[in-house]
Amino acid sequence: MKNVLHFMITSAAALLLLGTAHAADGVDAIKQRGTLIVGVKADYKPFGFRDPAGNVVGIEPDLAADVAKRLGVKLELVSVAASNRIEFLQQGKIDLLIATMSDRPERRKVVQVIEPLYYSDYVNVLINKKAGIKDWADLKGKPVCATSGAWYNKDVARTYGVEIVAFDGSEKPLFAMKQGNCIGYLYDQTFLQGKLLDDEWKADYDLPLKGVLPAPWMIAVALGNSSLQKLLEDTTKDWMKTGFIVAEEKKWGITPTEYSLSMHEQYKDK
Amino acid sequence: MQAIANWFQELYEKTGLNFSVFYDAYDWGRYVDGLKMTLLLSVTTILLSLVIGAAGALIQSGPSRIARAMVNAFVVVFRNTPPLVQLFFFYFGLGTLMPAIESGGMRIPLLNNTQWAIISLSLFAGAFNVEIFRSGIEAVPRTTVEAAEALGYTRIKAYIHVVLPLAIRVCLPALNNNLVNLLKTTTLAYAIAVPETLYAVKQIWSESQNVLEMMIVLLATYGILVGVLVWLMHRWERAMHIPGYGR
Repeated sequence: MKNVLHFMITSAAALLLLGTAHAADGVDAIKQRGTLIVGVKADYKPFGFRDPAGNVVGIEPDLAADVAKRLGVKLELVSVAASNRIEFLQQGKIDLLIATMSDRPERRKVVQVIEPLYYSDYVNVLINKKAGIKDWADLKGKPVCATSGAWYNKDVARTYGVEIVAFDGSEKPLFAMKQGNCIGYLYDQTFLQGKLLDDEWKADYDLPLKGVLPAPWMIAVALGNSSLQKLLEDTTKDWMKTGFIVAEEKKWGITPTEYSLSMHEQYKDK
Repeated sequence: MQAIANWFQELYEKTGLNFSVFYDAYDWGRYVDGLKMTLLLSVTTILLSLVIGAAGALIQSGPSRIARAMVNAFVVVFRNTPPLVQLFFFYFGLGTLMPAIESGGMRIPLLNNTQWAIISLSLFAGAFNVEIFRSGIEAVPRTTVEAAEALGYTRIKAYIHVVLPLAIRVCLPALNNNLVNLLKTTTLAYAIAVPETLYAVKQIWSESQNVLEMMIVLLATYGILVGVLVWLMHRWERAMHIPGYGR
């Protein structure tokens, strides 16, 4: 009995070790495996979402496909969420993480960031077309719905004199806006752009203002994976040189951001 | 005032306890606005719910069966459902169904969120008050009511001049309980973005990351507000005390 138990424990441990050692081992391991495993979002239109057939598509899956093409391997997409994406990378379940992740100092300590940063989100207001708002100054004194706890609510309220009406989550503010309790919804620009792709919102709402408070996003690989890091750095610079990201934005129906355009300008002639 | 602000600023620098509401003018402003809104909500809902309770109890002891059934239905609906659900129903549900004004081409709802909060909370507390007043009314001896009838009082006049004064003295402790509950229940209005104290403090702590300190301030605030209410109600109880009646 003791021997059987001992055998079971050691074999379980061996299996576990085998299990963890399959991803995040550098470019050579990926080429040997024949597949690049990338973590992307599956619920964030248009960066990573499911099409009617159930496949994960969007800007970030396309970026991942481009990296896989450069490596000459197949692509495997793993859908991640904000709560588990870093853990997946650390555990080796994915080689590469392209999942709308904001650049934060705490995150840089636990994963390897790829520089130059590939994208940037902004803060914007989804506004009722009938309100006739053309500039941030026009919002002064007007009620704007927002999500409670967002880091930019106070900045926007103070700088532009907006009256913030905050609710929990991101469904209630949209609902309150539809009812007419506020003229717009203050949130991350990329989320609002995704909403505008739906017919429900396209008809009566728009993003007439320019985005403010840029919050760059980061692609990440596991700490110590220097070969993959180097490849991604070169790939990102190439994307900026060829304007691939700007083209992707246009392909998926959003206005190219200031950041993408300026990075393309910067790297165009390098 | 500046001395207090400076003391709290020093406290933050020395110990890391961040009571930003005391030394930051913007946070203090929002907190005070929140307090004013809480006071507004409390006073209006307390007064409205007392009126609803008294009127409901009057109808409940009346002759009309339909009216009694309606009051009982009202009490059942508003006591059996959670107040937060009622608030959401009024604001998000009824708010959409109600007619709206068109201003500059945009839909402006008829009642704003503060008004909905007052309506919803008054109805909620009013339902409890109907039952509380009923307990007081039933404690008035039947003989006293018959004597009032014999003296020529109409039912409503007897209610106002004879029954209600006695009933209130009996049910005052239970009524106090409910009004204290109502004052604390006004915090639920934060869920429909009414800028009362909890809403203001929540915004402050999510920006300054001083959750513990702001929680302490919030608890102390409501402790003091409820303490003032209870003191007022006790003063009222003592003022209304009939020597020899009860204890």
